[in-house]
Amino acid sequence: MIHFVLLISRQGKVRLTKWYSPYSQKERTKVIRELSGLILTRGPKLCNFVEWRGLRVVYKRYASLYFCMCIDEDDNELEILEIIHHYVEVLDRYFGSVCELDLIYNFHKAYFILDELLIAGELQEPSKRTVARLVAAQDSLVETAKEQTSSITNIIAQAAK
Amino acid sequence: MNPFSSGTRLRDMIRAIRACKTAAEERAVILGYPTHFGQMECLKLIASAGFPEKRIGYLGLMLLLDERQEVLMLVTNSLKQDLNHSNQYIVGLALCALGNICSAEMARDLSPEVERLLQFRDPNIRKKAALCSIRIIKKVPDLAENFINCAASLLKEKHHGVLITGVQLCADLCKVSSEALEYFRKKCTEGLVRTLRDIVNSPYSPEYDISGITDPYLHIRLLKLLRILGQGDADASDRMTDILAQVATKTESNKNAGNAILYECVETIMSIEDDGGLRVLAINILGKFLSNRDNNIRYVALNMLMRATTLDAQAVQRHRATILDCVKDSDASIRKRALELLYLLVNENNVKPLIKELIEYLEVSDQEFKGDLTAKICSLVEKFSSEKIWYIDQMLKVLSEAGNFVKDEVWHALIFVISNASDLHGYTVRALYRAFLTSTEQETLVRVAVWCIGEYGDMLVNNVGMLDIEDPITVTECDAVDAVEVAIKRHTSDLTTKAMALIALLKLSSRFPSSSERIKGIIVQNKGNLVLELQQRSIEFNRILQKHQKIRSALVERMPVLDEATFSGRRAGSLPTAISTSSGAPSNLPNGIAKPATAPIPDLLDLSSDDVPAPSSSGGDFPQDLLGVDLSPTLAPSGAGKPPKASTDVLLDLLSIGTYLPVQTGSSASDILSSSQDDKALASLSSLSANATSPVNAAPMMDLLDGHGPGPQKPKENGQAYQSLVAYESSSLRVMFNFSKQPGSPQTTLIQATFTNLSSNVYNDFLFQAAVPKFLQLHLDPASSNTLPASGDGSITQNLKVTNSQHGKKLLVMRVRIAYKTNNKDVLEERQINNFPQNL
Repeated sequence: MIHFVLLISRQGKVRLTKWYSPYSQKERTKVIRELSGLILTRGPKLCNFVEWRGLRVVYKRYASLYFCMCIDEDDNELEILEIIHHYVEVLDRYFGSVCELDLIYNFHKAYFILDELLIAGELQEPSKRTVARLVAAQDSLVETAKEQTSSITNIIAQAAK
Repeated sequence: MNPFSSGTRLRDMIRAIRACKTAAEERAVILGYPTHFGQMECLKLIASAGFPEKRIGYLGLMLLLDERQEVLMLVTNSLKQDLNHSNQYIVGLALCALGNICSAEMARDLSPEVERLLQFRDPNIRKKAALCSIRIIKKVPDLAENFINCAASLLKEKHHGVLITGVQLCADLCKVSSEALEYFRKKCTEGLVRTLRDIVNSPYSPEYDISGITDPYLHIRLLKLLRILGQGDADASDRMTDILAQVATKTESNKNAGNAILYECVETIMSIEDDGGLRVLAINILGKFLSNRDNNIRYVALNMLMRATTLDAQAVQRHRATILDCVKDSDASIRKRALELLYLLVNENNVKPLIKELIEYLEVSDQEFKGDLTAKICSLVEKFSSEKIWYIDQMLKVLSEAGNFVKDEVWHALIFVISNASDLHGYTVRALYRAFLTSTEQETLVRVAVWCIGEYGDMLVNNVGMLDIEDPITVTECDAVDAVEVAIKRHTSDLTTKAMALIALLKLSSRFPSSSERIKGIIVQNKGNLVLELQQRSIEFNRILQKHQKIRSALVERMPVLDEATFSGRRAGSLPTAISTSSGAPSNLPNGIAKPATAPIPDLLDLSSDDVPAPSSSGGDFPQDLLGVDLSPTLAPSGAGKPPKASTDVLLDLLSIGTYLPVQTGSSASDILSSSQDDKALASLSSLSANATSPVNAAPMMDLLDGHGPGPQKPKENGQAYQSLVAYESSSLRVMFNFSKQPGSPQTTLIQATFTNLSSNVYNDFLFQAAVPKFLQLHLDPASSNTLPASGDGSITQNLKVTNSQHGKKLLVMRVRIAYKTNNKDVLEERQINNFPQNL
């Protein structure tokens, strides 16, 4: 099971956190601080797995962002690397050549996409196409709802005049 | 409320939500009520009707809340409604939120809904429901039975998303409930094998393809579930062997996805019931992994190999060379894993070359790794050393290289081995001397060297016991003394080293009489040392050098060989003790304190009463026992005129303070206790009246119970009742013993000890300790209190039970120690009680 997902920038800023195991607020900050220190200082040629507090953290660096996922001892680390890549590819497909700025300004969308990919720390959907389709469908729902309300507002505003 | 205009507010609110984790407190203060920021807003959003609001609301919920907060309960109703909503995306939102953060109560409430949704028509909902169920059964394992059937039906799905989540659900069900395990094992193994075969053989599919493999995630999940089902069950394992072999051989391993599948496959093969052919296949794959250039693959392979070693050590041995290379890898994680794996692989055949390699690597390894590596090397060398000379050689190398990382037990053990290898003494001391000249910054090496030079200095100078392999080396007495002097004078030497060096000098002054003056000069320099231990030692040794020339050589005679069994027994940490409170064992060697020349070494607690040897040292010698347990000088021998010691006394130093062995009477020890005459009883603890040179026989044993009439108590007519005994009485304290015996067990005496305070100050922290010789067994119950009111206003009672294995042949005897605090002073009283009633 994946216990949490962290996205940390090269400078140590946290871009996204998702917790699938109970960690209190204080524990969360502590975890983030420790792992940032541990992972950001690792050299480029080293392996992508760190042992930490009896758990394993798998991380992968994409441009200026580190994607970290913490797993149990008996999980398959190589598969987690694949899952991380899966997530990045879906983000890429959604935002079109995603970069860190996209994630900063549209962090809610990043969360929506992650929620279509992982629930309860397990993989939900192996097909990128399906994930993209579902997110797109929900986005269009939001759009339609906005249009509807805007049109009503107009009507009311006009009626009130 | 206008949902559109609230849209912009929502955006701002979401941005603020991101920041709110740290500002939550501030916000709460500003708002004036103690709720965390945004939680109520989220609940309102979730309860509203539109999809966008719900989406944001659930996002906020998952970000701001976790299962431990009570506010979460308020959401349960909204969740229930949303789970039954007509819009499937809303259902999806609810399932997602539930699956990520639900608590146990919510799980219980909503589990029927989730069960229903497992059979929903939309596959996207089904897969979410499956993962949500995983969370539910983890939180509430009792509900697992409800999900078994639905989960089994999920396994027959075609949709990959549902299939993956279904397989995961089954795997977690098996972990949580053994009846689920049985069910799946019987009913589903075949189906799973078939599914795996289909997916392995399936043609290219653009939707699920990753690096040429169709849906590797599904491969991996299926392999995992098969592992759980096959573990421990030969039948199920049989059914999977074919497909496992197929996966292991056909999967391409040039991309990460393929390697992930192979890794999972190897794990499964290792866990299920034995099939020799498959195992060989698995280990070969691991071997290939090991030589892969990718660090990740190597890491993963090392991990797996550790497990494989337990199953098939032979096969893993073949890869020893590669593993050794991994120990020297630049990546710290890989190094650690490789070292642990190597540790498991060492056996008698390969230990020598392996240790050689490891020690060579020790020189170039970096600091964090050195500690680990040193510890492993030391323990390996100790476990597998067949010849003492090899052991000593390796340890010397390790000490020279990384002495500062070597733990205390290790170099204690080394000294023990050295002292045991009597034919190698000369060789060892010369080797140490050479090593000492080159690497003086390794503290442990200095200590061991100083000890050996002190002990065997004469062998060093006279080149005694040269072995063929040695180069000749000339060391004069001057050089040897120089070496020790360096150890003392170095400012980086710590207390233990300097203390050991001082005693080594004393030994050398006896072995090299011509350098005596010079040595005295060195010792004298430390007389004013600010550290008490060093000052004390130098003053005492100086006294010995000045005034006690005659006994000096006896004092510093060669250390006797320590008995191996005793040593390993002590090291195991459990000491046979008859004392009710523990007393530390003497760590006899490294304190550099001379021991008496008798053998066997008097084990403080090992009072072999029956065959205590009479003093066996050459007549007229009075070897002194300077046994001090630690360097605390409080009870160390003071000043001049140490009383003579004979060898073992039956009740020697039970309470293990640095005191002396009392002098033995002329008669053999076995008579000591059988006689009822108290004037043959044992010598005083602290009375130093016995002259240093008084002969053994004349020692008038001081009766410790000064003035207290020692006659045995008159036996009562009634054999069962015994006269109570005033065990001890002084101006400040009285101890009374009341005896009784249980009918039918004459060997066991129950003593009730009563303590009365005869002074006018109250005693605090009152502690009573007792020790008995080996033929007695003592059991002490906790005392009634540890505060003794003044002037006999109250008393403390404590029960003791003594079992005499030599009942009838030997009398009871006991040494007691009483400690208490009075007037802010600590008081310690020790007495020996010999006057137990004879008929006990």
